[in-house]
Amino acid sequence: MNEKGRPVGNTALIRFAVLALAMVPGLGLAVHAQDTLDIKIGYLRRAHHQETISLVQMPPPDNGLAGAQMAVKDNDTTGRFLNQHYSLLDLHLKADDDPVTAVGHLARQGISLIVVDLPADDLLKAADAGKPDGILFFNVAATDDRLRQKDCRANVIHTVPSRAMLADGLAQYLVWKKWVRWFLVVGSHERDKLFAAALRRAANRFGAKVVQEREFKDTGGARRTDSGVVQIQQQMPVFTQEAPNYDVLVVADESEVFANNLPYRTWDPRPVAGSAGLVPTSWDASNSLWGGTQMQDRFTAQFKRLMTALDMQAWTAVRMIGEAASRQNSSDPKVILDFIKGPQLALGAFKGQKLTLRDWDLQLRQPILLTDGRTIVSVSPQPGFLHQFSELDTLGYDRPETQCKLH
Amino acid sequence: MNAYPRLTNSHHMGLLTLGIIIVLVGPASAFTAYVSNEKSNTISVVDTDKMETIKTIKVGQRPRGIELTKDDKYCLVAVGDDDTIQVVDTKAGEVIANLPSGPDPELFILSPDGNRLYVANENDNTVTVIDMEKRVRLGEVQVGVEPEGMGISPDGKVLVNTSETTNMAHFIDTDTRKIIANVLVDSRPRFATYKSDASELWVSSEVGGTVSVIDPTKHQVIKKISFTIPGLRSETIQPVGINITKDGKTGFVALGPANRVAVIDAVTHEIKKYLLVGQRVWHMAFTPDEKYLLTTNGLSNDISVIDVASLKVIKSIPVGELPWGVTITKQ
Repeated sequence: MNEKGRPVGNTALIRFAVLALAMVPGLGLAVHAQDTLDIKIGYLRRAHHQETISLVQMPPPDNGLAGAQMAVKDNDTTGRFLNQHYSLLDLHLKADDDPVTAVGHLARQGISLIVVDLPADDLLKAADAGKPDGILFFNVAATDDRLRQKDCRANVIHTVPSRAMLADGLAQYLVWKKWVRWFLVVGSHERDKLFAAALRRAANRFGAKVVQEREFKDTGGARRTDSGVVQIQQQMPVFTQEAPNYDVLVVADESEVFANNLPYRTWDPRPVAGSAGLVPTSWDASNSLWGGTQMQDRFTAQFKRLMTALDMQAWTAVRMIGEAASRQNSSDPKVILDFIKGPQLALGAFKGQKLTLRDWDLQLRQPILLTDGRTIVSVSPQPGFLHQFSELDTLGYDRPETQCKLH
Repeated sequence: MNAYPRLTNSHHMGLLTLGIIIVLVGPASAFTAYVSNEKSNTISVVDTDKMETIKTIKVGQRPRGIELTKDDKYCLVAVGDDDTIQVVDTKAGEVIANLPSGPDPELFILSPDGNRLYVANENDNTVTVIDMEKRVRLGEVQVGVEPEGMGISPDGKVLVNTSETTNMAHFIDTDTRKIIANVLVDSRPRFATYKSDASELWVSSEVGGTVSVIDPTKHQVIKKISFTIPGLRSETIQPVGINITKDGKTGFVALGPANRVAVIDAVTHEIKKYLLVGQRVWHMAFTPDEKYLLTTNGLSNDISVIDVASLKVIKSIPVGELPWGVTITKQ
């Protein structure tokens, strides 16, 4: 328990009694008033400008942060009854700011729980800088599989699904649909290639076949222009012609250079999936499954915009902290991590089942939604993809495949 | 089966004969069930004697919580997407009034005297109190995030609300409308109900997969009931509706996507049996004689009839789309 800065005396005795009760297995307890417990959470992000092909998909300035703010409010509502107070400190790094300095800054404010929206390398720098102080990090944005594999860290929890999980979720559906001959089109940036690798792995695992692969080179220039549509209408059919017989065009374009120009413009009349068309994601504003409508309504009422996947990933991280803190009555990152890693975590996050953590790489198990941007088309895992422990572990790197060594 | 093991065949025959005599004398056990169909925006009216839907009543959008007034004259139904609770005249079979329920009502409960209605407003973190005679809003109580389940003590003095994201049962004094205690339960508590002698409060946790049995005076969880069904993953077992017999001896818990109702010895809290019903079973209601228990099966668009004495599912009755709640007349 983190007792720092809190008065001791009779209240400590009461707390001891309450704790003793809580430790009796199977027993719960009434919630008693006591000293206010402050739970301070940092939010670390970097100013980045994500260009998108679609005007309606431009990320809002508070993308992610809004989800964290909503969860802080939710935690605080619960906290009123438990005498816990939650707060969020948003640290917005500029282009050349060092994440190590930022972690030091947050640590000096007494913050030991940090939600991170940073690219993989920055996240690792931050995590290693926070290690001596016992700071616990929540990766809400980086999908890189290496963060769950050889570059995993014992102080980094991932609420964002990895590329492998997203690709597996998509592949299971395409295979269920019997669209097993894939025409894979890959962008020329590093992250496009990483997503393509995850898609190839998924095809291999679930019995699809990449019948042809092409690269779409980013030659620079604007994503959108006034009369660009005329050129695109000519360009995309030509780019996709003379492919061998295929069922579905699967596209890896995380950089948002061309994928959204593919649907309805392929040479052969074929559906598009991956970075455009049918897209795998942790959340979409169209999701109304499993009480999702309530979540969307509450979010829109508070922020006057739709809820994105990054918002949901950040909400989940902060709710996870709230869940642990409310049940353990502690803000100590070690106590929180132990609870989150343990079998008691049963997070309700509008995913139709309790969400738990993979103890081998600290990745949150979760279903993957497949959306066309207007509706939820399906949810993976698909029926028939079985697993001896949890069907959710058919998505991403499973225990026997892990290269992660947590220490 | 253990609660009713001693009924021999001859007893059954005796009861049966008695039943026939009563039927000959006059209509006795024909009750009417009202089922809210979340997707159809209707209420299905079911004759529990004929075991069929005899009428369909159009209501507002997304009907969920449903309860009859104590005199059976009106059926109240929460139509969440219209932000109101509608009053359906059961004789005329039509909506005659809207109650000022506050936004997005889902579940509600009447006070034992029928004078007060307590409504959970899911998007607003509040419970709204309504005067049933004047049909006006009396006030509201601030509770946790996403209030849903509503239970009331048999004497009407304590209201219990569960909040799905806060994961608590809030005990509210109905006179002062102040929270007197909060009890943490497992994830996403959906439903709360007292035993008729007020000795226990049962709260179901949908995501946590348990039912917490709470001592309502000490405000402590005294037992957590977990469910294991061979061949089913724990994630698919999601307890929602709870009904306990008046004698406090048998509890029934609807297990959602597990498509089963658990039968529980309500004294020892041991599970006696799992009854296979329709898909995604949500809420239930007894006939007043407790002969039958009706369950709403959301994904199979029907209700199952459980024979309480034999603990057997004896019939499925088609209703509207996504049946959610059910309430049965007292007469």
